[in-house]
Parts: sequence; structure tokens; C-alpha cells
Amino acid sequence: MAMIDRFKPKFWDTDNAVSPGRSLFNYRRIWRLAILLLTVVTLVPLLVLTFIDYNVTRYSLESENLMRTARTTSNTRRTVAYFLNSRDKALEFVANQNGVDSLRNPATLKGILDSMKHSFGGFVDLGLIDSTGRQVAYIGPYQLLGRDYSGQEWLANTLTRGSYTSDVFLGYRDVPHLIIAQRITDARTGKDYVLRATLDTAQFNAILSAIDLPGQGDAFIVNHHGVIQTPSRHRGAIFSHVDLPIPAYSEITSVQQETDRHGMEYTVGYAYIEGTPFILLVLKKTSELMKPWETVRMELLWMLVVSIAVILMVIVGVATYMVDKIYLADQTRARALHQMEHTNRMASIGRLAAGVAHEINNPLAIINEKAGLIKDLFRFKEEYSHDERLLANVDSIIASVERCGRITKRLLGFARHIDVHVEPIRFKHLAEEVISFLHKEAEYRSITILMDIPEDLPDFISDRGKLQQIFLNLVNNAFQAMSDGGHIAITAHQAGGDTLTFEVKDDGCGIPEADRKRIFDPFFSTKKKTGGTGLGLSITYGLVQELGGSMSVESTVGKGTTFTITMPIKATPSEARKNEDTVG
Amino acid sequence: MKILLVDDEVELVSAMAERLSLRGMDADWTDSGEKALAMAKTCRYDLAVLDMKMPKLSGLELKHKLTTLCPDMKFIFLSGHGSESDFKAGCAEATCYLIKPVRLEELIAKIDEAGR
Repeated sequence: MAMIDRFKPKFWDTDNAVSPGRSLFNYRRIWRLAILLLTVVTLVPLLVLTFIDYNVTRYSLESENLMRTARTTSNTRRTVAYFLNSRDKALEFVANQNGVDSLRNPATLKGILDSMKHSFGGFVDLGLIDSTGRQVAYIGPYQLLGRDYSGQEWLANTLTRGSYTSDVFLGYRDVPHLIIAQRITDARTGKDYVLRATLDTAQFNAILSAIDLPGQGDAFIVNHHGVIQTPSRHRGAIFSHVDLPIPAYSEITSVQQETDRHGMEYTVGYAYIEGTPFILLVLKKTSELMKPWETVRMELLWMLVVSIAVILMVIVGVATYMVDKIYLADQTRARALHQMEHTNRMASIGRLAAGVAHEINNPLAIINEKAGLIKDLFRFKEEYSHDERLLANVDSIIASVERCGRITKRLLGFARHIDVHVEPIRFKHLAEEVISFLHKEAEYRSITILMDIPEDLPDFISDRGKLQQIFLNLVNNAFQAMSDGGHIAITAHQAGGDTLTFEVKDDGCGIPEADRKRIFDPFFSTKKKTGGTGLGLSITYGLVQELGGSMSVESTVGKGTTFTITMPIKATPSEARKNEDTVG
Repeated sequence: MKILLVDDEVELVSAMAERLSLRGMDADWTDSGEKALAMAKTCRYDLAVLDMKMPKLSGLELKHKLTTLCPDMKFIFLSGHGSESDFKAGCAEATCYLIKPVRLEELIAKIDEAGR
């Protein structure tokens, strides 16, 4: 709570109760409105720009990833296509060059297989099959001479199309392999034969596993039915069905975003390898690809959060400062206005008092003289001079007149001091004068007034009327704070060379800590319900400042309050000049 | 010492003059400035006690006129009013400035002071 109090701006606890002429004084509302407006006009553009930047960056990263995947896919497709194509062409060359007769010779066939193994690699065996499907010549690690392939799809396909590349399959050997076949027409008999070579998939697989794919990347081949043809790292065993949709045939490479059955997103590059039943698939985990984006996104987010925090701090700081300034200006203005009003009122009261005093003084003077004359007559004419009762009555009249006279003179004195006038002031006299206005009330309420004013206290130059008001207000306040039978002490002493300190101390109810900070604020009153205006101390404070002094308060609840006023012995030059101007 | 009392309140000024006479002082009185001027022309007064506020001729004006007639004349002002300007002017131009109601003893003391 103490921390909150320390940072709480001055205007925070302002009383917002509506009273005439105070509709402008809702500082908290001004503060909130300023913060809200500033926040909206600064944060909205910031958020919009960040949002745009966020999307643009993501879009560019995404398209870069798609492009990269497409490039990898295209390159791999070319390599695979070249691998198959070159072997296919080699077989075609062998078929055309040698003719059926020559190929029927096992020695020639062996020579050809050896050369092909040497030059190309990947060839396992080589065989010649006649149009009925019977293998008429064979060189290779298995005993396949004379095997009948009739009725097999690949044979029919080769004989109709001229050349054929098979899916990868296990066949009789139980090892994954693929075949390429080429139709040869015997020039002599005109019969069609098929030259068939088996390719080892190891070399084929090596091409795919050599592709550099980061993280969870995967590259493999499926056939047109989606059956996996080469080992895949993550998408299942060879010959199983791939769990991704296979796109329709396209000559160009395409890249798509796909989600597998685990809900994982992948960027998938597809490429149909022309002239073969193969489709190349290059998979990259989208989240892996977007990793740089994560970094950028975090940076963007941090930047945004820090900016918003700084902006909010600055806005709150500036708004608080400005509203505080407005509050202080308003307070000063209100105090000045009410002081003026008060001064005017006091002047009116003063004039009224003077008028009344004057009107009363004349008849009073007549009573005085007449009573005096009666007394003189009695005394001088000897006739009634021994009538003590009569003389006592006359004396009583004269004493009462004198008493009235003292009252009217005091009123006149008070009125005279309404006009601004600096003069040397003896504080003892001033204090006595002030107390004289209140001593009757003090008597009725059994309040003891103690005065401790040293005889040698130097005179000081100031405005008597204003000082009277200051001390009258303070003593009045003390009276209100005290219950009957209390004590007021007025003390004075010289503090330092050129200042005097006056104290008005009471043993009344005291002022709570929370109110103490604000008792000099205009309109602050704890007695509003009983007719307090909240202006008394504010005006007193203003008057003290006007006279170049300062004022402070110390208080303990239940024990009492001490108001301390420090005044310069000499009026400040500006003060003196101002007063001269007013008087002149 | 001859004293002239001037005040528009006849009851006051007459009683005051009588009380001074009872104490052996030679005091004349009148209730207006014009009459006072006329009296001053026929008789020499040492001291005048003037009311500040009187109809037609005010105490200050009367004082100026009396001074031209009798340059040696002393003055004491009486007033029921306490305005700053009156107080200042009265104090500056006369021996003293007393506010009504005034104790006769105080007035006599001031008269004696002026006469010295």
C-alpha cells in the first residue's frame, strides 16, 4: 500500500463529488481518456504493421520452401530418369547392334552383360525371350534358361510398345528388382524377340538416399498405384501402400502441402518419371522447413511486446505528468479565485462594520457626553454630590458607553486594516488583538489560551490585516477542533537571523494522516455536511504565501495539531512593491 | 486658552463645551463650519476641536480655512469613523485624532498637550 501511495499522483484522490463550478475537475477521467486515446492511436498502427509484416514474411518463407522442394524434386527426377533412360537406351543399342542370332550365343551374351555391368553398373542378368514367352538365352546368377514367361503382362506390353520398364518386384528370386525389356525383330525370320535385363535396385536406391534432406525429410519412389518401390525412411516398408494421396499425372514437378494420418503437415514434391511407372516423392516436414520462420516470429513478437510495454509506460508517464500539472494549475487558480472572493467579502464586511461603528459612535458619544455632564453637574453643584447611588448609576452608564466604544473602535480598527498596508508589527499586540475577538467564546467554553511571546521579539514588516486574518483563522480552527475545556498555545520565537516562527497549538481532535496532505487544498473539508466550505485553511495558506512566509502542520489524532508559520522579518521586495502599488 | 468646538451634533458639542467650562476652560461651540469661521473672525482661539465629518464643510477643509485666518491655531480631530485615509490625514494635519466616544479626561490631556 505504501508503494502505491508513493506512486499515486496528486490528483488521484480528488473529491469528484459534483458541486457548482466543479464539473471540469474530474482528473481521473481526463487521465483515463488521454491514456485510452494515445494508446489507440499509437498501438493500432503498430499492430496493423506487425500483422502485415508477419504475413509477408511468412508468405515469402513459404514460397521459398515450396521452390526449394520443387528444385530438389526436379533434380532428383532428372537423375532417376537419366539412370533408367541410359540403361534402357543401352539395351536398345545392344538389341539393334547384335541381332537375335548373335544374342542367342551365350558367349556373346555374357560378353555384353560384362561390358554393361562394367560400363553402367546395376545389371544383374540378361536374357532373350521369344514371342511365345520361352527364355531362349540367359546369362546371370540364376537358372532361368528355358523358363516360360508366356501370359505375363510385361511380355505383352514389350511386344506391343517396343520397350518396357517394370515396377519393382520380388519375382522368383525374392529380392527387390526391376526389369527393362526391349523388342527385337529377327531380320532373318521376321519374328519378334524380347531382350530382357534385370536391374539391381541397390544402385537405384543409392541415388535417392544420397539426396541431402534435413530433419525428417524423405525421398522415395512409388508406382502409379501408390505402392512404395524404394526404401522410405518414415513412410512405411517397401511394397506397402503410401499414406499420402497421389496426384494426377503431370509432366512438370508439383509441390503440395499434405497432412498424413498422424496430423503431421508435410511439404511434398511430386514428379512423374516419364516412360516409367514411377513417381518420385520428396517429403519435408513443414514444421522443419518453417524453423527459420519460428525464429523470425519470436523476434517479431518480442519486438512487439517490448514496444507495447515501452509505449504504454511512456503514455502513462506523460499522461500522469500532464494531468498532474493541470491539477496543480487548477488548484492554484481555484485558490487564487477564492482568495480574491474572500478578500472582497472581508472588505465588504469591513466596510459594513465601519459603517455600523460610525453610526453607533455618534449617538454613543452623545450619551457619553450627556452622562458625563450629569455627573459633572452633580459633582460641581454640590447638590447631589453625596448621593452615591446616583453617581454610581451615572458611572455605570459611562462605563457601559466606554465598553461599547471599545467594541466599535475594534471594529473600526479591523476595517481600517482591510486596506493593504505594510507596517512594522509587534506580534504580541497582534495576537492580543486577535484573541480579543474570541475571548468571550473562550470564556464560555472554558478554553484556556496561553501566550508565550518573548518581550524582545523583534517587530517585523508585514500586512497587519492579512496577519490578523491568518491568526484569526488558525485560532478559529483550533476552537472548532477542540472540545470545551481545551488549551490553545500561541508561541513565537526568532528562528535564524531574519525569520520569525509562530505556532498555534491545540489539544483537539487532530488530523488523520490521509487528510493532512490535503488540508491546504481548496474545497477540502471534513465538515462539508455542517457547512464547512473547505476554504479556510486554503485561504490562510494563500495569505501566508502572499506575505512571503511558509506554513506547515503537524498532527497526532486524538492529541492535537500544531500549525507553524514562518515569516520573514522584512517583507520581500516584490511583496513590498506590490503593496505600494495597491496602496498608491 | 480659548477653545472652539465644532460638531454637527449639537447635543454632543454643547454638552462637551459645558463640561469643559465646568473645569474652568474657556470653550465656545458651534454646529457648522460656516459659523465657526464667523466666530474665528471675531475672536481669537488657541485651539479648535473639529469633527472630521460634517455637512457642507468637512473638518479638514475647515481646518485649512481656519489656518489661513489664524496661523497659530492648534487642532484636534474627532471622528466616529475609522477609515484609513481619514485617519492618516487627521494624524498628519492635527495634534491628534480621537475616535468617538472619547473620555473627557483624555480630551483634556490632549488639549493640555497641544497648549504646551
